[in-house]
Amino acid sequence: MTAAVSVRGLTKRYGDIEAVRGIDLEVATGEIFGFLGPNGAGKSTTIKILCTLAMPTSGEARVAGFDCARERDQVRRQIGLVFQDTTLDDYLTAEQNLRFHAVLYGMPRAAVEPRLQQVMEMVGLWERRKSLVQTFSGGMKRRLEIARGLMHSPRVLFLDEPTVGLDPQTRVSMWSYIRELRQREQITIFLTTHYMDEAEYCDRIAIIDNGTIVALDTPEALKAKVGTDRVQIRTADDAAAIAALRDKLGVDARIREGSVTFGVPNGEAFVPRLFAELGVAIRAVSVARPSLDDVFLAYTGKTIRDREAERPLPAMMRARRS
Amino acid sequence: MIVDDLRAVRIVWHRDLIRFWRDKPRMFASALQPMLYLFVFGTGMGAGMRPTGGLDLRVFLYPGVMAMATLFTCFFSAGSIVWDREFGFMREMLVAPVRRGAIVVGKALGGATAGMTQGLIVLAIGPLVGIPYSPLLMLELLGLLVLLSFAVTSIGVLVAVRIKSFQAFMALVQIIIMPMFFLSGALFPMANLPTWLKIATHADPLTYAVDPMRRAVLGTLGITGFPGIDMPVAFELAIVAGTGLVALAIAAREFGKTE
Repeated sequence: MTAAVSVRGLTKRYGDIEAVRGIDLEVATGEIFGFLGPNGAGKSTTIKILCTLAMPTSGEARVAGFDCARERDQVRRQIGLVFQDTTLDDYLTAEQNLRFHAVLYGMPRAAVEPRLQQVMEMVGLWERRKSLVQTFSGGMKRRLEIARGLMHSPRVLFLDEPTVGLDPQTRVSMWSYIRELRQREQITIFLTTHYMDEAEYCDRIAIIDNGTIVALDTPEALKAKVGTDRVQIRTADDAAAIAALRDKLGVDARIREGSVTFGVPNGEAFVPRLFAELGVAIRAVSVARPSLDDVFLAYTGKTIRDREAERPLPAMMRARRS
Repeated sequence: MIVDDLRAVRIVWHRDLIRFWRDKPRMFASALQPMLYLFVFGTGMGAGMRPTGGLDLRVFLYPGVMAMATLFTCFFSAGSIVWDREFGFMREMLVAPVRRGAIVVGKALGGATAGMTQGLIVLAIGPLVGIPYSPLLMLELLGLLVLLSFAVTSIGVLVAVRIKSFQAFMALVQIIIMPMFFLSGALFPMANLPTWLKIATHADPLTYAVDPMRRAVLGTLGITGFPGIDMPVAFELAIVAGTGLVALAIAAREFGKTE
């Protein structure tokens, strides 16, 4: 069976800026695949190429077996899209937005009514189908966009930052929709996110940084590869604590998110030694199993938040619409 | 394939009409300016001076005002392309498996229809300035309105197609439509003009729509010998249609480009 998404040696340059620098990946049918990275890492550019909105500078991208540069219309028929910025018409009703979509995608007339009801019920908006979209909340709009993206029964659904700008509760319910969707529609879901906790929901994730994929595996396997627990301590004197960790315990620690942070193989067993040998007053200790944050840290040398703080310019470019 | 494209044209057009119809304040606002020219400027200027000889200035202005109403509304309607781009809806259309040309044509039809309605409002008030509801005249003006709205919307679409912000579009539109309006002969007769102005008026495509409209109006009223453009009407219409088609073709090509 052909892969749902297949990318080989993909690059994309905008003038002097190399947004994507040689990406290879393969996504199987039915997979929930996450593209994880800070803003400006090349996620959105890659999605744009896969959705035929941008041409690759070199390399190849295929969706459902079709070439994204040369067989655009075939690709477009196979994909549904939900962008991070809304692309609904606020002045139309929910139903009118979906009908517009159905016509643009050449759906047979007889298929439109049943499918409309099916997707609107799936996202819980059937009762509101006659309402103008401008009366909808952010979460409802996002759900409506998912319903619209599914209208023409695509084989791959692309979700570009599907939960950005939503409140935590809505984010959780969005994820239950996404997982339910896979069971009902046998669809491949390709999503981008820069929320680490959301990447946990994916079958596999690719970590992208500076336009290249630095790691690609299941979340569990990635975490297992890191191999160390993350220990964070608050001390009376952070500088002295870092020096003591290095000299007395042989551990390389740094300040992360306001605390002295380091990785050790067995964090819980390390804590008693820490108290006995550090020689600097410790106010609080936390030990965590490796998270995707640690995975990101291990592969890129930075946390995702630190990375984003470095990159005001790409965030601005991201806001540019095409 | 072609059926799919036609369906796409129709739905893009239909959406613009729904939006236009819901925006009634705008509809009334854009009807105001032509009325001011016709009744306030036309009456006041005509009472104080006789710029058009014995002809009632309002009768003279009528075709020009009709063209103006259409011109302004068509251009601003074409701006909905920029609007769609700014508010994201354009992406929904760009990733659909339809030809980009179908989207451009649908948008042009939407703008042209909106502009037409303004022309029709002016058409409806004809008797108030002494222009009778003659079936032949109505038909002539209607045909000219269709042609004119198609042509100017196509020019508007061409302007809108590569512009990213609505503010930039509005600024550019002011630079384009005011000269187009002033040079078209909507406000003054095309007689005894200095050479530079004559050349400028002949370079304005709107001139070739205003002139046939005025000929139709004056012809119906039995007024002959009024100075106009010295060329056959068919030729004038061909210039208007040709300008529209060329503008639309370039717009469709520009719109089809991908980054």
